[in-house]
Amino acid sequence: MGTRKKAAVKETAAVGRPGTPFRVVGNALRKVDATAKVTGVTKFADDLFLPRMLYAKLLRSPHPHARITAIDTSRALTLPGVKAVLTGHDLPIPFGILPVSQDEHALALDKVRFVGDPVAAVAAASEEVATAALDLIAVTYELERPITDAEDAVAHPEPRIHDYGDLGNLHKLVNLEFGDVEQGFAEADLVRDDLLFFEGSTHLPMEQHAAVGDWSPPPDGKLTLWSSTQTPHYVHRALAKVLELPPAKVRVIATPNGGGFGGKSDPFSHELVVAKLAMLTGRPVKITLTREEVFYCHRGRHPTLMWVKTGVKKDGAITAMHFKSLLDGGGYGSYGVASTYYTGALQTVTYHVPRYKFQGARAFTNKPPCGPKRGHGTPQPRFALEVHLDKIAEQLGMDPAELRLKQLVPPNSLTANWLRIGSMGLGACIRKVVQGSGWKEQFRNLPHGKGIGLACSSYITGAGLPVYWNAMPHSGVQLKCDRGGGVTVFCGSTEIGQGSDSILAVLVAEVLGLDPFDIAVVTGDTDLTPVDLGSYSSRVTLMTGNACIQAAERAREMIRRHAATQLAVPAERLAFAERRIFDVADPACGLSFAEAVQLAEAAEGTIGTVGSYTPQPSAGKYRGAGVGPSPAYSYSACVALVDVDPATGIVRVPRVWIAHDVGRSINAASVMGQIEGSVYMGLGEALMEEMAYRGNRNVVHKIPSLLEYKSPTTLEMCDVVTYVVEDPDPNGPFGAKECGQGPLLPVPPAVANAVYDAVGVRIDEVPITPEKVFKALRRKEKGEAARYGPDQFPDIPWPEPTRVAPPWEGGDGTAAEGGKGRQKAAALAARKR
Amino acid sequence: MPDAKVKIGFDLNGESVEVAFAPHKTLLEVLREDLGLTGTKHGCELGECGTCAVLVDGKPVLSCLVLGLACAGRRVKTVEGMAVSGKLHPLQDTFAELGAAQCGYCTPAFLLAAEALLAEHPKPSRDEIKQALSGNLCRCTGYVKIYEAVELAAARMRGERAEPARETLYGHP
Repeated sequence: MGTRKKAAVKETAAVGRPGTPFRVVGNALRKVDATAKVTGVTKFADDLFLPRMLYAKLLRSPHPHARITAIDTSRALTLPGVKAVLTGHDLPIPFGILPVSQDEHALALDKVRFVGDPVAAVAAASEEVATAALDLIAVTYELERPITDAEDAVAHPEPRIHDYGDLGNLHKLVNLEFGDVEQGFAEADLVRDDLLFFEGSTHLPMEQHAAVGDWSPPPDGKLTLWSSTQTPHYVHRALAKVLELPPAKVRVIATPNGGGFGGKSDPFSHELVVAKLAMLTGRPVKITLTREEVFYCHRGRHPTLMWVKTGVKKDGAITAMHFKSLLDGGGYGSYGVASTYYTGALQTVTYHVPRYKFQGARAFTNKPPCGPKRGHGTPQPRFALEVHLDKIAEQLGMDPAELRLKQLVPPNSLTANWLRIGSMGLGACIRKVVQGSGWKEQFRNLPHGKGIGLACSSYITGAGLPVYWNAMPHSGVQLKCDRGGGVTVFCGSTEIGQGSDSILAVLVAEVLGLDPFDIAVVTGDTDLTPVDLGSYSSRVTLMTGNACIQAAERAREMIRRHAATQLAVPAERLAFAERRIFDVADPACGLSFAEAVQLAEAAEGTIGTVGSYTPQPSAGKYRGAGVGPSPAYSYSACVALVDVDPATGIVRVPRVWIAHDVGRSINAASVMGQIEGSVYMGLGEALMEEMAYRGNRNVVHKIPSLLEYKSPTTLEMCDVVTYVVEDPDPNGPFGAKECGQGPLLPVPPAVANAVYDAVGVRIDEVPITPEKVFKALRRKEKGEAARYGPDQFPDIPWPEPTRVAPPWEGGDGTAAEGGKGRQKAAALAARKR
Repeated sequence: MPDAKVKIGFDLNGESVEVAFAPHKTLLEVLREDLGLTGTKHGCELGECGTCAVLVDGKPVLSCLVLGLACAGRRVKTVEGMAVSGKLHPLQDTFAELGAAQCGYCTPAFLLAAEALLAEHPKPSRDEIKQALSGNLCRCTGYVKIYEAVELAAARMRGERAEPARETLYGHP
């Protein structure tokens, strides 16, 4: 045998950038769909044209709140070119993304709940004819008093917008206690409370929603829907339910999304309508929303009023925190119940909070429904917390960065609300931006009008729970290996521009020693691909990635076994790299990947493997514990440099330093793009984006256009100095965490804190517009409070609190039952003293 | 009875074409619906976002605001005309290389606007790039990689051997 040492199998040689231990992972890679996108070849939903295709248009309510007493479609049906007209009675089965709030109908059944609520639909030979037909549909409405905002909803439980909900027009009420906050406040050296507001904003993807429905008549009875959706699996379920079709007879194909950001994650009226119209006419039917209609579709950021009270010791350590939020939910549920919980869930994952109380309320109002927008319910409370802490730091005479560094949540720990933290790179992130920006020299040191501000944040890497309860994997991948050496990976994930298709190719290439462009990727097709829950909550890289690695490793082991036999080399000495399988001790001895596949196929039969991923159960076992848990949390720190013109209030942001703990970069170029894009979107919300309505005029949207709804152009976008921090998480594929949402969160509070540093006024709300800064500056000049922001939080009839003892008070993650639990917690605490 | 169609001839991506369409149609609609070129996208169809930009006689125009009829005898370039003989235009190549195309929806318009810029200014400053592209909205990239891709393509088009800076791809150390 000789004295040759058994070499450790070195699967990969570092051919990429210096420092990465991998061949493919970690490099800046061209995406597998990049060429198609730069040549205009990618087929978005509106690029699909099928033979004899009809065009659909929706008639939308001109009233914010009304009962429909009559609809007459007879004249529309007589217009030449009109093939079908639908009203609510044609689609009476309700739907909705969350099982607890299936409160939508594809077309309003008896009530309309916001200006823009779909009421009827037409399919015609051309868009022009369909549009003309809408004018021929006569709808009679009986107006109801509209609810204009959340405070109005609190004050007016009647008329009820929906027949369900926790109380009147309050859709959802949450009251959670983790420990005794009053005791915590009593122990504090300083207690402070603040009131802040975060305005609603919308996703504004450049691609308007579009869908094409096609029906194959009985005996096939098969429906196909192409749609610009982030969640084909959930759309699949909604179509089957509303259209009363067996799910096996429904195929949903998610076309590449021209941007999603959470705005294409609900099943929508227009998807159900084109499907139904295709079934009725026997012809393909397409619908493309106008830009104005996209504003009505919405499902964006909930306008959120927040009150936060925190007790701290002299050194900044938090002793207790009490947080209240009031969300303006719009006309329907959407993801809103989850959004409500999210406004209270992640306050505890950055800085240690030993005692925490959260009260959250979501109101129904007569406006387009709010749902998940990048960050989903967490940018608002993060804004409040980071500005609040900035004020606390000032009161304590502490540097804001030092204050945070002193009380970071430790890695591998549990929070008061039972969230499991794994890797935690926030400290490194803070140090990077402090050093890179020259923070210490500049903070409170810049000339009047120039300012610097700091903020941090965290975000989940995938929601720990699926949207509907089930015990099945959250992501599935199938792999097939071709005799020619190519590999195809199938996964239900959706490419929304974040690069999810490429992640699959990169991971398979890494595991099997191939090039990403050897891999064919098939995604987002409910007929062809195993279920993946969808592109939301930053779950895709982690969940599809883990499933993909499992499938690829299973294929690798099968191929390795047969190669080992053929080469007469122990299997553990065989490496997969550069499209070969070879002996690490004698690299010339090997097979091409294609040869090895052929060998394995001859021995085993057709090769195919699967992989899947399910997150571990959450530590919290109380009602509401399902929102917040995640396999891993990303962390971000941001310093913003601002220029404020004291004469006009105009705020410019020349530069942002952002450090993001991504765990591990899979595709370095995509990581940079997501960080920069997140900063951009945070900047937009910080300075200019707002869903503004005319409260006193029909609650109509003031600015449903790309011109008037302000989003940053190249002239407003800041420079971005990016630091990619890698603190690998064992739960992530090669340690990867998310980067598509986290870097947005610290930007609005960093800008607000910088404005204070620049001109000494607190703008306790976003967007930080010139009008607000101007007003605050004039108040300051007059000796009044140098602030612009909300003044009061309404009295909400909160339900009895759910009390859950934190881990360090002997809790087990469950809620106390009635009074007994409190006694038990008190007894345990007494024993500890 | 459908509207009577009009027929025009023009230069499209370097070739003479003739096409018949309803006279009220915009250039955007004629390209996508009558000529089957769906590379040109729409973001608003009101001239507010730049997504539909194409080049007419070398200048960027909003195709949603131009009548198809107005292009008779003109020279029109769409994204489909950028790659030549199966080889990507340097701008297309750098957009792909740096990840400047994320969802890809705004990309055709940015590519053409950038091409028009480089035709006038082969060595544009960052500010000149920002000005030239200020009429194009993007919601994915934050524009940074787009600037970097334009600068890299411009350098290569000037015959320089240019590679992206390390910070561009990996961030700062």
